[in-house]
Amino acid sequence: MTPDESISPAQAAELAVRADYSRILATLIRMTRDVDLAEDALQEAAVRALQTWPRDGVPREPRAWLTVVARRCALDRIRRDKAREVKEAESVWLLEHEAPEPEASVVRDDLLRLVFTCCHPSLSLDAQVALSLRTLGGLSTVEVARALMVPEATMAKRLTRAKQKIKQAHIPYRVPSDAELPERLPAVLATVYLIFNEGYAAAGGQDAMRATLVDESIRLGRVLHELMPDEASISGLLALLLLQDSRRASRIDAAGAVVLLADQDRSLWRQESIREGVELVGEALRRTPEQPDPYAMQAAIAACHAIAVDYESTDWDAIISWYDVLLSVQDSPSARLGRAGAVSERDGAQAGLIEVDAISGLDGYPWWHASRAELLTRLGRLNEADAASQQALALGLNEAHARFVGRYRATSS
Amino acid sequence: MPEYVAMIYTKDVDWSLPEYAADTAEYSEFQQGAAAVLRGGAALYPTATATTVRVSGGKGGDVLTTDGPYAETKEALTGFFIMECADLDEAIAFAAKIPAAWDGAVEVRPVLPIM
Repeated sequence: MTPDESISPAQAAELAVRADYSRILATLIRMTRDVDLAEDALQEAAVRALQTWPRDGVPREPRAWLTVVARRCALDRIRRDKAREVKEAESVWLLEHEAPEPEASVVRDDLLRLVFTCCHPSLSLDAQVALSLRTLGGLSTVEVARALMVPEATMAKRLTRAKQKIKQAHIPYRVPSDAELPERLPAVLATVYLIFNEGYAAAGGQDAMRATLVDESIRLGRVLHELMPDEASISGLLALLLLQDSRRASRIDAAGAVVLLADQDRSLWRQESIREGVELVGEALRRTPEQPDPYAMQAAIAACHAIAVDYESTDWDAIISWYDVLLSVQDSPSARLGRAGAVSERDGAQAGLIEVDAISGLDGYPWWHASRAELLTRLGRLNEADAASQQALALGLNEAHARFVGRYRATSS
Repeated sequence: MPEYVAMIYTKDVDWSLPEYAADTAEYSEFQQGAAAVLRGGAALYPTATATTVRVSGGKGGDVLTTDGPYAETKEALTGFFIMECADLDEAIAFAAKIPAAWDGAVEVRPVLPIM
């Protein structure tokens, strides 16, 4: 890679750090086995780049430069602290015996190791999400706090605790063996999906969507897919994220209100994401013909919506059968709710309502009440619809979604 | 290699009673299987035998003793093992083989190395 003449060395430093943040960090964590130390060292190296590159020019290999300098910073710090912390002697050995610039495949593995370390089952799910955003997404603590809507001090504490646990409890920095992978991969995928969902349908606040989180989750999904291209559940998840996100531009109207799938302007759907998503669904299905993957099933449903030219030509039969396959491997109330929605489109509101009412365990889920409100409105049972939409609102939809559900109240009162 | 304490929480039992012989047999089986990592451990008498000690007013103050465990809970600390493992994953794998893990809980904590 040759430095681009058109950008300033300061910009080059910033770009190099941002582009390779998680890769360099992953390598440093392998060398030091200490997330905090690795982060501090990388920061120090970035500062030095900003100081020296404008004077000396941008190095030929910015990533290698940053890795070597950060490694040296980490080593200095360990030596300073060595008197206090005897255990660090191990790290010194590691640092001194490490080749300065690891090969591409090692960097790739470092990243994969980091993914599994951040999503270790001994960390709370909250900590997994936060740590993944911080180290793999390269978000600052302030950004992670904002993204997950937690006070900054709380987030700083949560991250510190997670990083300390990794260090003090010796959470291993390694990729699980093939035998362990089936039990460990779901936590990783759940974390990525949680980040996506948090961004796609924000649980609180003003905005219906937080694009940074959606972008980060897709980036993480791509990293995983690149690292483990044969894992059907990863292809399935990435497909699901891409297909859901392909509707981004049409999901919210100018006033910030949610637009129903039926009313969305399909010309705004991102075809590139749909093409890629559909291809990944096919890949996932081919890999696991006998053991359907839940993410791939959900992605298949999303694909049915994505390839319909308009709402009327949606293939509800296909969607309902995908839901049936999904329910056979992962029976959840929310999947049943989705299936009920498809039934109401194919067989009418009455048939849909019967299915919705048959689902138990969703009393506390605002979208269950919202679905009832919609179907009851269609059936002209306006008093009941009003009661259902009030329950949905009482359960705390975020403002953008609440305005949408509120429409039923307006039409029914 | 780091050391971990695996703290065994079960219903409050008296391991010395003959009716727990079957359970202790299960524990011996665990100890044989984990011999390579075990560095120590003990079974404890029930919490009824516990005395909790506090010194009021700080160092050098009055010694206050109360009858019973520090915390009264449904599941009590009834024993522990010290294990030396490569990392937390290995410690968890061994902890999962302790009989208490399937009818109580095992808390795994890293030991702070003291010079």
